[in-house]
Amino acid sequence: MGLNNFINCLTAPSTTFIWRDLVCFCRVKMASSFARVLSSKRKVGILSLVGAGSLTVGFFLNREQHVNAGAHVRRIYPPSAEYPDLRKHNNCMASHLTPAVYAKLSDKTTPNGYTLDLAIQTGVDNPGHPFIKTVGMVAGDEESYEVFAGIFNPVIKERHNGYDPCTMNHPTDLDASKIRGGQFDDKYVLSSRVRTGRSIRGLSLPPACTRAERREVERVVIDALAGLKGDLAGKYFSLTLMTEQEQQQLIDDHFLFDKPVSPLLTCAGMARDWPDARGIWHNNEKTFLVWVNEEDHTRVISMEKGGNMKRVFERFCKGLQEVERLIQEKGWEFMWNEHLGYILTCPSNLGTGLRAGVHVTLPRLSKDPRFPKILDNLRLQKRGTGGVDTAAVGNTFDISNLDRLGQSEVQLVQTVIDGVNYLIECEKKLERGQDIKIPAPISQFK
Amino acid sequence: MPFGNTHNQLKMNYIAEQEYPDLSQHNNHMAKVLTLEMYANLRDKQTPSGFTVDDVIQTGVDNPGHPFIMTVGCVAGDEETYEVFKDLLDPIIEDRHGGYKPTDKHKTDLNPDNLQGGDDLDPNYVLSSRVRTGRSIRGFCLPPHCSRGERRAIEGLSVEALGALDGDLKGKYYALKDMTEEEQQQLIDDHFLFDKPVSPLLLASGMARDWPDGRGIWHNDNKTFLVWVNEEDHLRVISMQKGGNMKEVFTRFCTGLTKIEELFKEKGHEFMWNEHLGYVLTCPSNLGTGLRGGVHVKLPNLSKHEKFGEILKRLRLQKRGTGGVDTAAVGGIFDISNADRLGFSEVELVQMVVDGVKLLVEMEKRLEAGQSINDLMPEQK
Repeated sequence: MGLNNFINCLTAPSTTFIWRDLVCFCRVKMASSFARVLSSKRKVGILSLVGAGSLTVGFFLNREQHVNAGAHVRRIYPPSAEYPDLRKHNNCMASHLTPAVYAKLSDKTTPNGYTLDLAIQTGVDNPGHPFIKTVGMVAGDEESYEVFAGIFNPVIKERHNGYDPCTMNHPTDLDASKIRGGQFDDKYVLSSRVRTGRSIRGLSLPPACTRAERREVERVVIDALAGLKGDLAGKYFSLTLMTEQEQQQLIDDHFLFDKPVSPLLTCAGMARDWPDARGIWHNNEKTFLVWVNEEDHTRVISMEKGGNMKRVFERFCKGLQEVERLIQEKGWEFMWNEHLGYILTCPSNLGTGLRAGVHVTLPRLSKDPRFPKILDNLRLQKRGTGGVDTAAVGNTFDISNLDRLGQSEVQLVQTVIDGVNYLIECEKKLERGQDIKIPAPISQFK
Repeated sequence: MPFGNTHNQLKMNYIAEQEYPDLSQHNNHMAKVLTLEMYANLRDKQTPSGFTVDDVIQTGVDNPGHPFIMTVGCVAGDEETYEVFKDLLDPIIEDRHGGYKPTDKHKTDLNPDNLQGGDDLDPNYVLSSRVRTGRSIRGFCLPPHCSRGERRAIEGLSVEALGALDGDLKGKYYALKDMTEEEQQQLIDDHFLFDKPVSPLLLASGMARDWPDGRGIWHNDNKTFLVWVNEEDHLRVISMQKGGNMKEVFTRFCTGLTKIEELFKEKGHEFMWNEHLGYVLTCPSNLGTGLRGGVHVKLPNLSKHEKFGEILKRLRLQKRGTGGVDTAAVGGIFDISNADRLGFSEVELVQMVVDGVKLLVEMEKRLEAGQSINDLMPEQK
């Protein structure tokens, strides 16, 4: 079925039973016949075999249709009357949303109906953070990154240190066997953790999803998670249905997430209908955890006490690949493309969406004035043990990768492993009264 | 979604059961009324500007309930909301406004001459008097739904109209985003400055978007007549002064409002009003007069009396702390105001306040002197 007809089906007034089945049918058809061929990283080779020229042209022709397919935006005033006042703002969106860019994009919508005003609302409402330059915009669906590329691309470039989605490709690599080392000294590393997110293709993202879509995300994800076996077998706890005891246990395990209070998130509409269709899944061993419908469709976390980052990453990759296989069995897939990698709500999490880190005790190194520069050159960042924006307690820090996009999962985790090893070496040297060196800066895009 | 009609088609890909909100933990007017059947009937409708039933109810879905008061759980995005979604809003209005029926007519009376007395409330007890209401400009979307361009246009029109006021109403506008530090401090000291809403009831409806763009405060030079622009409604109009001369406060209120309405009409604009709902505002609780007329009054003895609540109820009055809704009274001083908004005229409501407060002060004096108040107990109004 042609893309145009498909879109027209979606936007026509409905007799809902028929259209729902048709949409499901279309989604599977589209995924299997068109988008899947072009988006699957395993089949990228086919493009070059067939002759990238003609296929690429066809691909871009259909992308144009995508861009125009949305409903018209209600507009009474010209763009100049609607352009936000960003004079006091300091976020990536404000840095790049000129009146000209706004005028060009403000009457466009994605096929689902998401608009530029919706995407930038959080950045308009939150002028800036005193310590960090926030992104200031979100995606409402996969197509947002396409339809509003005129603003997303410069924002992505700024946030991801020069990564250009127009010209660069993002490598995805979840082969944990490539990791060298990765078992830290438990005397220093208290815990190891890797997290990322995944979005279900065809369903709107948290800022824009309807209640039914959100519930569908929940259904698809927990259906797949129920198929996990062995050390990955686990259980789902819906936020609306969990008992008092279950809630307390999840709090004690530090697994429970709460309704967002940060205005960065609430202004983007992510907390609507809370706690409907939100929940937490974890395996019985409590080493693999999935958040459903919090800031993204899913947030996937692998973790354990101690310093065995290699094992944490192995479980991470295995779990992700298993879940992907299970959803594909039912005709679903993750949002992914070769320029942006895995598609998530916030542009800061594109690519791998991966933050791999440890809680590590560095009593001497942390007091050394060279500490920030060392971290910088190793492309690592430090946070307090409560997560982003918290202070370190005692001498224990959360050390993780800075980058998300432009390097693969394997590369980023290796960076963390090599970097943390260096930090521990420094700490040991200082213990022995020896001097340390600032390492040469490692290159960013490999 | 609030601030966009773009999503309604997407929702129609799912059946009503799949989209219907989970209201099992909820205790607000919307949750009491919105059945699955009603939701199914309303979900494919939208107002001409694109406001949908999901937009109307979002604040009620996100805020299951308030421990002390039954919240409304709905907002209007434009004037037509009350018409297009009348199946939902009429029963809510009836429940909230004491049985007001869809066929009832609301009386508007802004003639201060019709108020009897009210100029002699004892200033030893009545510390200040105040009347507030809201107004919406017809043809524009309301705060949950308006775009930046609309909000700025509303600000522009309002500032222009207010700029033409003269005499004791002559004043000045302070845009929230342009005010200087000194201006801001002065407005805080005068207790005029309003801040970005923090209540989740308001935030969930989308009213605080783009803050502080298009928002501001106007007041007359005498600081007795104040207008808030684009806070919870297009305009909130407040007349107030120290002491107990409610008649003067109400007279200025009526004069000011009538003048402002004239000035808008000169420019081809009018206020949202109809003979069934009176003045149309964002929250259904403020329909009709949108009027809260009240005093800050010292009632240290009466407030401890076991019949205090009953007396207020019979007088159709409500008490609040001096910080406004949901605050506690400080030092025996209460904010006493009318409980009703719709189904009574402005004059009738202020009359109730004037007569009621007079009685309360009399009761306070009796209790001070150690005397009984039993013979003063009022009938239910």
